[in-house]
Formats: sequence, C-alpha cells, structure tokens
Amino acid sequence: MPLVNYATREITCKIVYYGPGRSGKTTNLHYIYEQVPSARRGKMVSLATQTDRTLFFDFLPLDLGSISGFSTRFQLYTVPGQVYYQATRKLVLQGADGVVFVADSQARQLEENIESMQDLHANLAEHGMDVRATPLVIQYNKQDLPRELILGVDVLDDALNFRDVPAFTADALHGHGVFETLRGISEQVLRRLSGGTPGAGRQHARDTVGSV
Amino acid sequence: MELDARYRFDNYVVGSANRLAVSAARAVAQSPGTTYNPLFIYSSSGLGKTHIMLAIANHAMHLQPELRVQYSTVDEFVNELTEAVAVGSVEAFRQRHQRAGMLLLDDVQFLAGRRETQSEMLRLFDALQRSGTQVVFTSDRPPSEIADLDERLITRFSGGLVVDVAAPDYETRMAILRMWCDERGTHFEQGVLEAVARIAFGNVRELQGALNRLVACQSLTGTQVTPASVRALLGERAEVGAGVGVGLAAGPAMSGEFASFISDVTEVVSQHLEPWRVRVMDAVSHWRAAGFDTAMLERLLESDIAREPCSEDEVDGALARYEAAVERLRSVAADAARFGPDTVPAHLLRDPERLAEAERALERAATVVDVLPGPCERYARADFEVGPSNQLAVHAVDSVIEEPGAKYNPLFVHGGAGVGKTHLLNALGNELLGMSGGSLRVACVNARDFVDELIEALGERKIEQWRARYRAVDVLMLDDVQACVGKERTQEELFHLFNGLYSLGRQMVFSADRAPTAMDGLDDRLRSRFAGGLVVEIQPPDDELRRKLFARGLAAAGIQYDAELVDYLASWSTAGAAELRAMVERLVEGARAAGAPLDAALARRMLEGESGTPEAGPGVRARSVARSSGSMAAIRANGQAYDAIFLDREKVIWDWPDIAGRAIEELR
Repeated sequence: MPLVNYATREITCKIVYYGPGRSGKTTNLHYIYEQVPSARRGKMVSLATQTDRTLFFDFLPLDLGSISGFSTRFQLYTVPGQVYYQATRKLVLQGADGVVFVADSQARQLEENIESMQDLHANLAEHGMDVRATPLVIQYNKQDLPRELILGVDVLDDALNFRDVPAFTADALHGHGVFETLRGISEQVLRRLSGGTPGAGRQHARDTVGSV
Repeated sequence: MELDARYRFDNYVVGSANRLAVSAARAVAQSPGTTYNPLFIYSSSGLGKTHIMLAIANHAMHLQPELRVQYSTVDEFVNELTEAVAVGSVEAFRQRHQRAGMLLLDDVQFLAGRRETQSEMLRLFDALQRSGTQVVFTSDRPPSEIADLDERLITRFSGGLVVDVAAPDYETRMAILRMWCDERGTHFEQGVLEAVARIAFGNVRELQGALNRLVACQSLTGTQVTPASVRALLGERAEVGAGVGVGLAAGPAMSGEFASFISDVTEVVSQHLEPWRVRVMDAVSHWRAAGFDTAMLERLLESDIAREPCSEDEVDGALARYEAAVERLRSVAADAARFGPDTVPAHLLRDPERLAEAERALERAATVVDVLPGPCERYARADFEVGPSNQLAVHAVDSVIEEPGAKYNPLFVHGGAGVGKTHLLNALGNELLGMSGGSLRVACVNARDFVDELIEALGERKIEQWRARYRAVDVLMLDDVQACVGKERTQEELFHLFNGLYSLGRQMVFSADRAPTAMDGLDDRLRSRFAGGLVVEIQPPDDELRRKLFARGLAAAGIQYDAELVDYLASWSTAGAAELRAMVERLVEGARAAGAPLDAALARRMLEGESGTPEAGPGVRARSVARSSGSMAAIRANGQAYDAIFLDREKVIWDWPDIAGRAIEELR
C-alpha cells in the first residue's frame, strides 16, 4: 500500500497492533474509537468470539481530514494474539506501514511477549519486509496493575526492545498512553514521507508518559 | 471606486486551500477576457475573496495601465442604478459600465431577491460578454445557492470558472502569521506562532485578531508571550477556533486527545511533506502515468537525507531538465515513427536518462533509410523562360516558393510532353531548398518510380518503411502522375500519403499530361484532392516564348544569330521546349558539319530540304504548306494533318487573323 498517493492526493497509513493474546490490542482500538468524533471514524469492524477474544482482526479506519492538501487516513488493525492464529496474523501484517507491539507488562506473560515478538519478526521477514526499516513502537500495557505483578520498564526493555525503538507505558483500559503510542507510531510512519529512516533516536517511555 | 493598492498577489499567501483560485485570478489578470470569463470566486467570509479580486485589478492595471477597471460592490451597484433610474440616466449608467475593460463585482449574493437589479445585471452582463470584457464576481456561496437568483444569471455566472477559497490549513496559517509579523517587525518567541497556527481558525480575520491580541499583550505587558501561554491569552477564542477549521471543521467538537493527535500529525506531515518534495512527487506521478521512466526525478528524493532540503531553484532546474528531455524524446519518437516501427527501441523512448542513446539510434536509422531523390540541380528557376503560354503556371510556382504549404496546396501542373513541367517542378524544388538553406526535405519523384518502389516494398514487406520515407518529406513533387492511373493500390497509398502530408501542412506539387478531371481511371477521392488546390495548364510555347527559347538555345550553343534566323525558327510550330532544344541541336550540328555559319537560309535548307519538304511532323508540314499557298483548300488537301492544327483554336486565330471571323466548323 503506498503511503502517499500523489495522483489522488491521499496519505494512507496502515498500522497494525501486534502482540500476545490478551495484551490489550483491541482495547487500544476501542479507546481510540471512543475518542474520535463519529464523522472522523469509520465503522469499527471487530470479529470477536463470544468471550471477547479477537477471532480474526479488528479494523478501525480514521479520517484525519486534509493535511497539506492531502486527504489523510489511518487504518488501524489488530491481529488475534493466540498462537494458533498464525496465518491470520501474517495476512493482517501484509502491507503494514507501521507496527505497534502491545506487550503485556505482567511478569507471568513475559514468555508470551517474547514469543510474540519473535513471531512478529518472523512474519515480517516472510513478507520480505526489512525489520529494521519497518516503523515499530512498543507499548508496555497494563502498567496500572499492582507493582508486584508487573515488570519494570527496564526489564521489559531488556527483554523486548533490543532494537531500541520508542517505547511507551500504557493503561489502555483507561486510555493512558494510548494516544501517545499512536502518536509515536504515526511520527515514525510519517517520517517516511521524506524518506527518513524510522526508529532514529530512542524516545524512552518514562520520559514521555511518566508513571501511570 | 478607488482601488486599494495594498491588495496584491505578492502579499497574498497561497496554500492548498486557495491555490486554484489564485492561479485562475492570475490568469485573468494577465489576459483579461480571454481565459476565464466570468471568473466567479466564492468562499466564507474573511478568506480573501476581496483581496484576490483587487489583486486581479491591481495586477491587470500594472500590466496594462490604460485598462479601465470598474470595481464595485453589489450594494454600490444597486445604489448607482437606483439613482440612475431616479434621474433618468439609466443609459449613461449602462454605457459607463460597458466602457470598462474589466468589471469587478463584489458580494453578488446580495443580488438575492432584487429582481429589477438582476434583470439590469443580465442585460449588462450580456453586453459585456459580447464586447469581451472581463468580469469577476465574488460571493459567499456558489451561484446555484444564491437565493432567488434568476436562472439565466446562474447559468451566466457559472459559464466561466467557478472557484472556491477554503479555510487556510496549518502551513498557510503559519505563512500568513510570519508574513504579518515581518510586516509589523514583531518578534515572538520560538514556538508562539506555531501554537497560534495550530489553532484552526475558520478564517483569516480571526487569525489576525488572535495575532493582534498577542502583539498587544506583548507590547503592553512588556513580557514575551510564550507558546504555553498562547491558549490562555487567546482564551475562548482559541477554544472556538480549535473546533473549526481545516481538518477539524466537520462534526462535533472532538476530545482533546484526538484533536491534539491530529495537530501533531499535521505538524509531522507538514515537516516531512515539504513543498519541494510534493512538487517532485507530483511530477513523478504525472510522468509515470504518461508512461515515462521517472528514476531521474526519484533520485532527487532519495538524495542524501541529511542534506538540506532542495532549494526551489534546484527543483525548478531538475524538473525543467526532465521536461525538456521528455519533449525531446517525444520528438525523437515522432521522427522514429517515420522510419518504421522499432527503429528506436521503445524502452529508450520512455527513459529521459537514455535520451542520448535514443538520439543515436535515430541518427543510425536516418542514415540507413534511403532519402528520397531531391530536385535535379540543372533545372533552375532563372533558366525557365516565361511567356503567355506558361505564365500562369510560373506565377503559381512563384507563389508556392513564397509560401510553401500555405497558398496553393497541392499545385497541379499539366500540359503536353516537353512543355517544361519537369523543369518547373525541379526549379521549384531547388528554390525551396535554396531558401531553406537545405533544411527542407524536398522529394522530387517520377510517378513511375513511385509505383515501382511501392511494388518492390510490397514484395519485400517493407511497406512501412516505404510509407515512412514519403511521410518524412516537407515537400513532395510527383512528376507524371498519370502513371498512377488504373493502379488501385498506388492510388490508395497516394491518397493516404496526400492526407498525411496535407494535414501537416506540407507542400505537394503534381504534374501530369492532362488535367485531373480528364484522367480516366483515377479515384474520385484523388481527383477531388488534386483539383482542390490549384490546377494550372502549361500550353505549348507561343510565338513569343519560342523566340526567347530559340535565342537562348542558340546563345547557349555559342552561335552568332540574327533576328531573321530567330524569326524563321519561331515560325516553326513546336510541341514544347524539349522538341525546340532538339531542333536547335540539329541545326547547330548541321551547320558545323557543313562548315557554314548558321543563318536563316541554311536553317531553311536544313529543315525544309532542297525539295522544300519539311522534315518536321505532319502538323508542321500542313502549316508550311498553308503558309506558302495561303489557301484553306491546301490545308484540306493534306488529309488528316489539319486535325492537329485545330486542336488549339486560339492558336489558329492568333496565327491567321484573316480567318478569325469564320466558324471553325467551316474550316473542318
């Protein structure tokens, strides 16, 4: 998908929220959906099971209006986190302009986070996308949980953020850090408008969001 | 009304929201009445309609100081009309407006419901349109949405160009703020103007109000306004502004988070989507759609990222170079098509970077392809003697030399054998070649060769190349075109060739032994095309011309001649100049063999013999007998011979004025 279509004067960004099951990807989209005026958002397509688990994917189109004479649209997708939806994840990832990796900050979910991150890299590689060139930000979600249950940002960084990409702490359920994450990935993606490389310069979670 | 000179194009900030309107306005100012007439500009209040309108007026008057520009608002227009009606000077009112070279009418939405004014407007508008006067209207809504507006006025208002001016976007707001600050010499802390621009004011006046407020605060309190304090200082105004404007105009007020997100995205986009990059990408998209390789332009975007952004000059230069290369490629492609398909590989014709290769391929093709034969150099226009029998044809040829392809196209010259058609054609070709310095491609081909080449090309399956050769010429001269009669395929090809060359304005000249109308076996479509230009006849040389030709022939052979010899020779009827030349050659050789000077007596002996029997054809024999006897009976006695004489009745009358009054039937 071209990021900028000069012929039709459109900027379209496909952003995929990736991460292990129950890490809060759909919650991120729901919060954004709630905040966006109805005229600015399309219908949120959510294919979920009865137990509210994403079966296929969520899709939220956002219309940002005309920016610099370009009609700008964001398309936000989530992938199903459960391991057995590998094929769906790969499909949704196709043509992504940027990826938000939503990590579950709970200590007991660390393994799932790492597996999912590896899965993301493997899928990107299979699509022939250069992992280092693909805009990526990490969101450490559920930072609102009691301290004893979650891991600190440093630990999570060591485990997941080996590429030194911008990372954000968040509490998606209440909306903390949701827009900061979206802003972070948008900035990464939109830098490509001028051919800049994404991921330049680390923006640390604690500097941007502070404690939640 | 006096025009306010402060409103100019150079102090009007152009952004994506008003670019079209300003472009149209500039076009109108530069050539009033020719491009968009009327120009109808509409927008919400405070977005610069009046500025654009007055800028048109000021710019137009700058370019044409004598131009009469009439500017008024509809209210003034109505008042003037009312006054004119009251004092009975409606005609003067009309005339005053009709005399204008440009009429600008502001806020025409106020015509709503004013029936009388509308009908007067309609009359005036029609008069102005007839005289080609430029009219510019502004309104706060498009013509179709003006309430109670006469349908005829709606169609007239919409008849030229209707453009809107939208609210300025972030970049435009930023540019406007910077311009105002520069004008006032005001300086703000880094980030203050950005903070103001981020507030999406619905119109420029609100933006100006906000800036005024900040300027006032800064100068009154003596403390610098900071980006953080902008919203507080602007108070409610900022809150109102944030809910409207570009990007946020529609829908209910949005949450602070989303609004701030959009604001940030806007800033990032405007940072990374620099105008020069947009221009280059626009060009890439345009040329790619046209089928050209754009790697040359794309490299501009990929150039060192750490480098400073491209300057406007750099972009202009690169785009101009690319466009020039594309134009050249197009012309190479057009030339290559003449030499047949695949002369230059298609991929070369699509890649401006490989222009040089394409040009080389074309040059190679041009050298390989046979060039059609040009005119024969020995036929010069100056050597062509003019007499009453050929003066019309010569005049036509001279006209063609003056304006090839324009005046007589095609020129069709016909006449019997040896009258000088070929000489005239070649002379015309040589003149055209000489005048163009050899740059014109002049082909002078005999129709028999034309047919033979076509048959050969058909046999060798090289018909495309054959066509390309002929279509490449600037001037085509086809001699003895009667050779095409009865040859269907030749005529078909000639028909297409004719059309191709004619549409390109290339001169064509044909010669034949008879007029197109007399050619049986010639397609009607060709006949009509031949006859569509100028058809002229060259008649056999008349007495005067024969004298000139004999004199020239004898002089050329180095013979001292006297008037008696020329008179005697000129009394011989000759079918054409060619026969005449042969006669001179025979006499010269005869005189040389006899070792005697050539004079009238020797010529008589040689031509008529000792017995007085002429050696020439039956026509000449009949003539000489008639001359010696002076009786019509003698002519009749020559049996069939006299038929030839009466082919040309005028000549008979010219030569024998004593029988001019008698009916030709009697002579027969």
